Amino acid sequence: MKKRNWIAYPHIVWMAIFVLVPVFIVLYYSIVSISDNGIQLTLKHFARVFEPLYLNVFIRSIELALISTAICLLLGYPAAMILASKNLSKRNMLIVLVIIPMWMNFLARTYAWMTLLERNGLIDTIVKAIGLPPLNIMYTDYAVVLGMVYNFLPFMILPIYSVLSKTNKSVIEAAEDLGATPMVTFKRIVFPLSLPGVMSGITMVFLPAVTTFVISELLGGGQYTLIGNLIQQQFTLTMDWGFGSALSIFLMILILISMGIMSKYEKENEGGGLW
Amino acid sequence: MVKSLSKKIYLYLIFFFLYAPILILIVFSFNGSKSRAHWTGFTLSWYGQLFHDQQILTSLYNTLIVAVISSLFATVIGTAAAIGISRMRKLPKAMIINVTYIPVLSPDIVTGISLMLLFVFLHIPLGFITMLMAHITFNLPFVILAVLPKLKQLNSQVFDAALDLGATPMYAYKKVILPEIMPGVITGFLLAFTLSIDDFVISFFTTGSGFSNLAITIYSMARRGIKPEINALLTLMFISILLLLLLVNYRMSKDTKNKA
Repeated sequence: MKKRNWIAYPHIVWMAIFVLVPVFIVLYYSIVSISDNGIQLTLKHFARVFEPLYLNVFIRSIELALISTAICLLLGYPAAMILASKNLSKRNMLIVLVIIPMWMNFLARTYAWMTLLERNGLIDTIVKAIGLPPLNIMYTDYAVVLGMVYNFLPFMILPIYSVLSKTNKSVIEAAEDLGATPMVTFKRIVFPLSLPGVMSGITMVFLPAVTTFVISELLGGGQYTLIGNLIQQQFTLTMDWGFGSALSIFLMILILISMGIMSKYEKENEGGGLW
Repeated sequence: MVKSLSKKIYLYLIFFFLYAPILILIVFSFNGSKSRAHWTGFTLSWYGQLFHDQQILTSLYNTLIVAVISSLFATVIGTAAAIGISRMRKLPKAMIINVTYIPVLSPDIVTGISLMLLFVFLHIPLGFITMLMAHITFNLPFVILAVLPKLKQLNSQVFDAALDLGATPMYAYKKVILPEIMPGVITGFLLAFTLSIDDFVISFFTTGSGFSNLAITIYSMARRGIKPEINALLTLMFISILLLLLLVNYRMSKDTKNKA
């Protein structure tokens, strides 16, 4: 059979120009300093990344993203289990209902949270009506975590649901027949089988959460800087492309390392993905 | 009984959480004043004004035009590429797929700034063209990832059989391969289209001041307060999405019932 690989060439050329070349441009900006004396190799941008001020931004971002991921898992896993236990036609309808919010512009949805959370906003009004002191969580870490959980919860529910709904029911029945309590069945059978879904859920929540700059800007009020905000500021405010590029590369390295760790646990991706 | 009731309540709470902000958007699209927090009476005037707001209408048009062109373009190149890639030897195949994965795995912000640096480097002024190229770039991998599995399922002998029976390669692709992988192609297209419509971060970095999509317009409004016309537009979008999906779902569940 004659090979007709040439039809892949437009894609290959496109990827080379728009994916590979940009990677090298970012690398280039991160290791040169451009001044009146010309262009020189330098490590000063990377040295700045490791200054305590900026390292703390990385640590804070990772902390908030981890907390949000954990909450998503705690809220999402039971939801996915309940969804998977429904009968087929009901299930499809409910899954569509989980997906629909993701199709609404996420900026507008995050903005709507401002209405709910702000001083004298809806939630505070309700809380006050009950007689409790107002929460005032707007522009705090709580608001940022809430925004992350809200925006990324479907990314946790869907992959876990897709694995759970494919789990062979007879395995669970066998465990029950053999005298396992529901708790033991869950711990020894259901949860281990759903791990691929849990893993991709964690990845799909953690990655966007750790790099977001919109949620922290709107709900954190801009005073709470995350990595995303820091990178964005380098390209839109301070115009320090070298430092911004170094931050991006450091971020990419961190993500590659954490994904390497994740994929070690995820032997074969058996239908754990979204598609 | 108690257990199933608590399950039901839990599910309702999760859905309430997911839909609360959307409910707020819808309610405030009927609010009498511009306030985003205080209800001052019912009005439909924002819906009327929406159709006279040039800024919002232009950005809606921009969003749609970028989404349509970029997803169509990505679907054509991506489907062709998937066919080519599936026929390659192991090593070049793995290399190309890995590079294709880069935009999927990179954070949006990194994809955004790296493309912006590329366009600045090449002296292409930021605007419609650059945003379109950026969207094609992040759409392509999703088309390929949707089509490749379909090609894997394909029986390779069918294509040879078509050739043996005298079909030209082009004809065999059109009549044999394409119909087989069509579900993957459509999934890829829909995925690309939704990603493009929804994108903010990459668009934000790859466009200039003259060209903004809906997400960028909303972002620029967020600080001063989003216009109620936006709430009206999103309400209309929400209702159309809801109707469309429920219709598709209804037809699909009818199909599965008929099959079973």
